[in-house]
Amino acid sequence: MLEVIAFSLLNGLLYGMLLFMLSSGLTLIFGMMGVLNFAHASFYMLGAYFAYTMGLYTGFWVALFLAPVLVALLGAMVERYGLRRVHQHGHVPELLFTFGLAYVIEELVRLFWGNIPMNYRMPEALNFPLFTLFGTSYPAFRVFMLVVAVVMFVGLYLLLKKTRAGLIIQGSLSRPDIVSALGHNVPQAFMWVFAFGTGLAALGGVIGGIHFVTEPGMAFMMGPIVFVVVVLGGLGSIQGALIASILIGVLQTFALSVDWSLAALGAYFGYAVPPDHFFATLWYMDSTRLAPILPYILLVLMLIFRPRGLMGKRET
Amino acid sequence: MNTTQERVAAGPNASAAVWAQRLWPWVLGAGVVVVMPVIFTSSYAITLMSHMGVMIVFALSYNMLLGNTGLLSFGHAVYFGLGAYTAMHVLRYIQATGFGLPIELIPLVGALAGLFFGIIFGSVSTRRAGVVFAMISLGIGEMVHASAHIFTGFFGGEAGLFGNRTVPSSLFGVDYGPGIAVYYLVMVWTLLAAVAMYLLRQTPLGWMANAVRDNPERAQFVGYSPQMVRFFQFALAATFAGLAGGLYVLVDEIVTDETVGMIQSGTVLLSAYIGGIGSFFGPVLGAILVVFLEGELSDITDAWLLYFGLLFVLVVMFAPQGIFGVLTQQFFAWRAGSWRGSLGPRLYGVASLVVAAIGVVAVIEMAYHYFRHWNPAEPMALFIFEVTVTGPMPWAVALTVAVAGLAAYVGHARPMLRRAMGGGGR
Repeated sequence: MLEVIAFSLLNGLLYGMLLFMLSSGLTLIFGMMGVLNFAHASFYMLGAYFAYTMGLYTGFWVALFLAPVLVALLGAMVERYGLRRVHQHGHVPELLFTFGLAYVIEELVRLFWGNIPMNYRMPEALNFPLFTLFGTSYPAFRVFMLVVAVVMFVGLYLLLKKTRAGLIIQGSLSRPDIVSALGHNVPQAFMWVFAFGTGLAALGGVIGGIHFVTEPGMAFMMGPIVFVVVVLGGLGSIQGALIASILIGVLQTFALSVDWSLAALGAYFGYAVPPDHFFATLWYMDSTRLAPILPYILLVLMLIFRPRGLMGKRET
Repeated sequence: MNTTQERVAAGPNASAAVWAQRLWPWVLGAGVVVVMPVIFTSSYAITLMSHMGVMIVFALSYNMLLGNTGLLSFGHAVYFGLGAYTAMHVLRYIQATGFGLPIELIPLVGALAGLFFGIIFGSVSTRRAGVVFAMISLGIGEMVHASAHIFTGFFGGEAGLFGNRTVPSSLFGVDYGPGIAVYYLVMVWTLLAAVAMYLLRQTPLGWMANAVRDNPERAQFVGYSPQMVRFFQFALAATFAGLAGGLYVLVDEIVTDETVGMIQSGTVLLSAYIGGIGSFFGPVLGAILVVFLEGELSDITDAWLLYFGLLFVLVVMFAPQGIFGVLTQQFFAWRAGSWRGSLGPRLYGVASLVVAAIGVVAVIEMAYHYFRHWNPAEPMALFIFEVTVTGPMPWAVALTVAVAGLAAYVGHARPMLRRAMGGGGR
């Protein structure tokens, strides 16, 4: 049991940090521009594909840095020539623009790379078991993912709290009008924040593409979960995104690894629902099958009872 | 908006001319419905047109939310799908027990199911508009879609559920085996639903929905609860979506979990928005266009989803009023005489855009051939030409055409158009 808990915690933390790599950028973009970027997970996917293709020529380590930069430049162009244009029509068209963009990016990925999963593997240098826990070895690549995520978090924290650019971003999060009045070029800051956020998502994709599968459906798989995380954490709050990421990561991993159901709980108290009862399906449902909908139940509950999320400062 | 109000106020005393003006789109629509199957007689075309009817109801119901009330939903397929599933269960129940519900009324079962789930989910999600509503709708949509894989008893699992529409009795003694009979049944329901939704726009609730969309605080100040208005609109929209789901069951006789899925929610959003959410008939046009493109374009080209996405992005960026909105705008401009003197530049602008579009389509088609065909060196048919995409020549030509068309529009036609229209841009 302890073994299961330890591994679930570790894997949940890992998944949570991966979620955080996407959600931090998304929440930053939302907090600053008011745009809920539907195509955010598409940039995550592009990161994975770019890194795979680049890795064929340059190796993994160069691609780890180059792919996010390329995706960030792409993100800057999307903001400059797409979003900024739609911005004048209001927030709903912005949301719709990114929604359409997600479609287009997925189709372009299908066009260039095809429908089948890519053979995107971890570099040989990381392909060894790092340590052994309860007789099961733990792969070094997972620890590397964790390290990348933590480095990113620390870097993001330092950038936001200790630099002048971070000060402007923080100011623009709450009062873009005042920041603009102080003479800062807010639209340009928007562009770079958008680029930065998509770059972070791409970094998540570079390692997430190895951890999961690099295929055209990966954005569609990841997108809604990242939304859940951002809304749970409170739109615009980085700390909230971190907490919610880890919460969702651990929760989902536990639901998958621990075989638990209402029936088991009932059996503990000596109670059971007859198998032909109306609620029998729900009663005998084990947690592994419930895992996919847990985040959405959390989301709906959170939005009903506390619409600003865990750490959000304002209602949207 | 004022003229509509006056017309509504005119009520039963309206003159014949006003009635004619009010009724001609419906008469025209009914006429088209009757004539179409005479022209397109293949069973494929009949099914396609039946799907159009289903989509029209669905898109119109979606516009009750987005266009009328300003609620952007990413999970409207939930009510469509749950309506479809409930109707399918009733159809199967009739098959199993011989229960006497006539087939013409099965869509009503879907509508009731839509209303039921609309009341449940609407009561928790309509407290706020904007992004919060959009997110809740997304969450509910994902939740229901994921539930489809869990509660396999109701949703029928991977294979879905199927039924047989010829088993139930008919009110009018019609045999619904052939597609044409179902087509007319669907169209009667579509017209009824469209009229109902049109009239709902003219009720005080419809007007208040517009007020809540534009300025919830003021609406509240006048004494209406925005939440209640949103809730009523939401429940009604869900009802009509459920009705569309019930119609879908009659056409296809199969329901799978895709009907509650995100793709279906996205399709209805695309249909309504591409057509134009600002007017009643916009979503009708959008639904017809989207179903047609889904059915026809997918036969012609592999790139149809890309064109679909690009069309949507372009509409959002350059024509937020939708295709129907652009057409009516141009029509009124023409009637007001503002085309005079600018006809040349207008034609020039359209022509340059068409040239650019041809170039872009050529590039996309060649790219699909190059990357997706098992043998890219094999010549492909492109418009009226036959090209080999492994050489640089066709690429250079296509790119030149695209860039030249675009450059002509941006650099020459657009400034000319602005000058001709007296400085004011479109």
